[in-house]
Amino acid sequence: MAIDGVIAAQVNPATRIASIDYDPSRTKIGSILQAIRAVGYTVGTATARIPIKNMHCSSCIIRVELALQMTPGIVSARASLGPNAADIEYQPEKVDFQEIRKAIESAGYRVAETKIEARNEMLDPAEAANEEEYRSLMRKFWFAAVVSVPVMALSYPDLVPGLRDWMPMGSDTRRIVWALLGVLSFPVLVWAGSQFFSGMWDALKHRAANMHTLIAIGISAAYAYSVVAVAAPGIFPEMALAEVFWDVTDVVVALVVLGLALEIKAKGRTSQAIKKLIGLQAKTARVVRDGKETDIPVEEVLVEDVVVVRPGEKVPVDGKVIAGASAIDESMITGESMPVEKQTGDEVIGGTMNKTGSFRFAATKVGKDTALATIIRMVKDAQGSKAPIQRVVDTVSGYFVPAVMILAVLAFIAWYNFGPEPRLIFATVIFVTTLIIACPCALGLATPTSLTVGIGKGAENGILIRSGDALQASEKLDSIILDKTGTITRGEPALTDVVVVPGHDESEVLRLTASLERGSEHPLGEAIVKGAELRKLTLVDAESFAAIPGLGVSGRIDGRDVLFGNAKLMGDRAVVIDSLLSEWERLANEGKTPMYVAIDGKAAGLVAVADTVKPDSQAAIALLKGLGIEVVMLTGDNERTGRAIAREVGIDRVLAEVLPNDKAHEVQKLQLEGKSVGMVGDGVNDAPALAQADVGFAIGTGTDVAIEASDVTLIKGSLMGVVTAIAISRATMRNVRQNLVGAFGYNTLGIPIAMGVLYPFTGLLLSPLIAAAAMAFSSVTVVTNANRLRFFQPRRAGS
Amino acid sequence: MTPDRWIVTVTGLALVAFIVWFFWLKRSTGFHATETSGGYQEAMILVKGGYTPDTIIVRSGRPVRLNFRREETASCSDKVIFADFQKSADLPTGQTIAIELLPKAPGEFAFACPMGMFRGRLIVE
Repeated sequence: MAIDGVIAAQVNPATRIASIDYDPSRTKIGSILQAIRAVGYTVGTATARIPIKNMHCSSCIIRVELALQMTPGIVSARASLGPNAADIEYQPEKVDFQEIRKAIESAGYRVAETKIEARNEMLDPAEAANEEEYRSLMRKFWFAAVVSVPVMALSYPDLVPGLRDWMPMGSDTRRIVWALLGVLSFPVLVWAGSQFFSGMWDALKHRAANMHTLIAIGISAAYAYSVVAVAAPGIFPEMALAEVFWDVTDVVVALVVLGLALEIKAKGRTSQAIKKLIGLQAKTARVVRDGKETDIPVEEVLVEDVVVVRPGEKVPVDGKVIAGASAIDESMITGESMPVEKQTGDEVIGGTMNKTGSFRFAATKVGKDTALATIIRMVKDAQGSKAPIQRVVDTVSGYFVPAVMILAVLAFIAWYNFGPEPRLIFATVIFVTTLIIACPCALGLATPTSLTVGIGKGAENGILIRSGDALQASEKLDSIILDKTGTITRGEPALTDVVVVPGHDESEVLRLTASLERGSEHPLGEAIVKGAELRKLTLVDAESFAAIPGLGVSGRIDGRDVLFGNAKLMGDRAVVIDSLLSEWERLANEGKTPMYVAIDGKAAGLVAVADTVKPDSQAAIALLKGLGIEVVMLTGDNERTGRAIAREVGIDRVLAEVLPNDKAHEVQKLQLEGKSVGMVGDGVNDAPALAQADVGFAIGTGTDVAIEASDVTLIKGSLMGVVTAIAISRATMRNVRQNLVGAFGYNTLGIPIAMGVLYPFTGLLLSPLIAAAAMAFSSVTVVTNANRLRFFQPRRAGS
Repeated sequence: MTPDRWIVTVTGLALVAFIVWFFWLKRSTGFHATETSGGYQEAMILVKGGYTPDTIIVRSGRPVRLNFRREETASCSDKVIFADFQKSADLPTGQTIAIELLPKAPGEFAFACPMGMFRGRLIVE
């Protein structure tokens, strides 16, 4: 290495650490790292963006950068005003966030605390704001509610015997009491009801109107009428018209504000699933650095770090086990309730819980790349998407509020012109009631809240639904194509049968066959060896092992000649296999691959392997059929093998001998039959078919969750996930429809009743107080109905 | 009809006409996003009672970065959705949140809050 200032450099390939002795006055760590990169190696550094407060000018930038660059362990630092942050590259083993923060503070700046850790970046800052909003609304509610009580009592003196005599109509007492009530109600209007006015004003600036507009006009109309009635009762032609409606202002504000507060609470609950996922993220990780175990914040874990996990601890990031073994509870990610055994070479997922053993693993994905972070991102995106059903609502809500205002004005005109006496009071009350009963919020909340809960519910069960589109499409599926290998079956062969000729021992035949196959690298051989090991047979080494391509294997074990292969091999070696032919036929019909075993030149038996069906495939297929969905199996295997598996799991329609490239075509053919087709397969080989299908379900494996071509990803590779996904989509869409019917129905019934259309026939008129209660609770009802989805329980196999 | 009835009717109908004109017959002029040295077309959008500006004009084929800043606490506007781009973002009060898009074809794309009360348009030329 030819850097001026480097005195000695030594690289240890085993530990992958370079020790460099350098003169800090002549070179910097940055140039050394640059030199290492220049020759094509990467250096174990991490990058982070640190938000900085009160950094406003370009000289600030220089000061922050200098302070950071002078900190040991920081390789480079670049601050900028745009994002108000510094991008730093640093060596996590030398410097931690505490020291970085100190460096920034030494330059006179502050780190914007909440965003420094990647974990917190995902924690919803809106939540804190919502909590604050809730408390503020509740304070306003209590104030308005307390004021409402005396105002209600004293506003209708004619109805209360004692009061009627104490403050008779037209008396000064009555005027004074009413004036005092007006003073008492004023803060309710301008403070407790302030958000209605500010909301109306902000929208008016955009020439738009919303719920706030309706309430603000309603409560101020009631208040203004009352002010005139008290201040200048003389301008009314009759004394009876000089009524006050302070109670309307107070009660409407109290109820609507309470409704808003409850809505915030209920809306918060709709995103509980994602909060749970965020809460799964580990805070610290115990990594091995310089041969020592140290606890570090999980954000500082790098790829290839060795992480130590003890019993009862969380797995902090994704990785591969390199030492030790344990059982891990992965239910929070995959929905699978049984703990999963892990040993060297197995993948572990960050956020899952280690149960019994200790192990070490090498980190493979950290930070935003982990399965958990990807899941959180995908669920958030999906919850933010729109279902097609929402488009109608969007169109309606664009016209809704001004339309209600027009209706209120028309109702006023009609009642003033044609209504009974006192016309002015009737017209005013009707006007206010119409404005107040209309609830655009219920309409707007109907779809998104149900979607949020439904998609969250999916994530809780290990099902990632990509978007509102996918959710709505899943509901309508009437046909599902299942790829056989890896979807219905495990996708790897396993030992299924050992058949022996009388006089031979089953274990002995298997032991000899497995011992022989230990030498072969054929996947079928591997399955037999595994099967033998499962039966606790002790295998021995074969002498003079020979693989005969296309036929089988031969060798000498324990002094006996063993031959294992197909009928042709047996024929070549003159082994008589007639006694086994019928058994061979039977096994082959079951979709298995049977092979002959001959010992010392005589037929000894059959050993069969097959791709085995996953334990819950049959139950899942039965449930799918129960949902009224046609299940079709797609396989590249021949008709006979395909049929055998189909029979086992209860599928009637089989598309066999389909080449991988033709899978998408088969999906299309089914779509041409007029069906809405779902395709279930792995995300790699089946990508075109998944994309062609109306809904593509990708069976994920381990930490690979972001499968592009799929609409739905099943984190756990079980078909039960498809059943649950469809059940969730149906439950969610049903919920959406209930909400929409409720919200549309409420408005289309409520508004005409408020306008008094029933009055000529039944004499029914709505009080504005009832209207306020109905309006406040209609939106709460919608959100509460959506929250019911949280109690959705997926059906388990066998239930 | 008595004079007071005439007055109420005429005023009321005038009010209806005003509501129609004020809320429905508006046509906002578009705001051209500024091109930055990084190749982005950027615009700052204030979220308060609506989107200001609510019509953003950009050119197709170039990345767009829209910086949303929400300055109100009403829970309706706590998210913005670009349904055509399958993108959405939470907008915590008082923070600037950037949304990046790559419009590939010209057209008019709506963005809105989840309830559709706040609406804006992205016009791609």
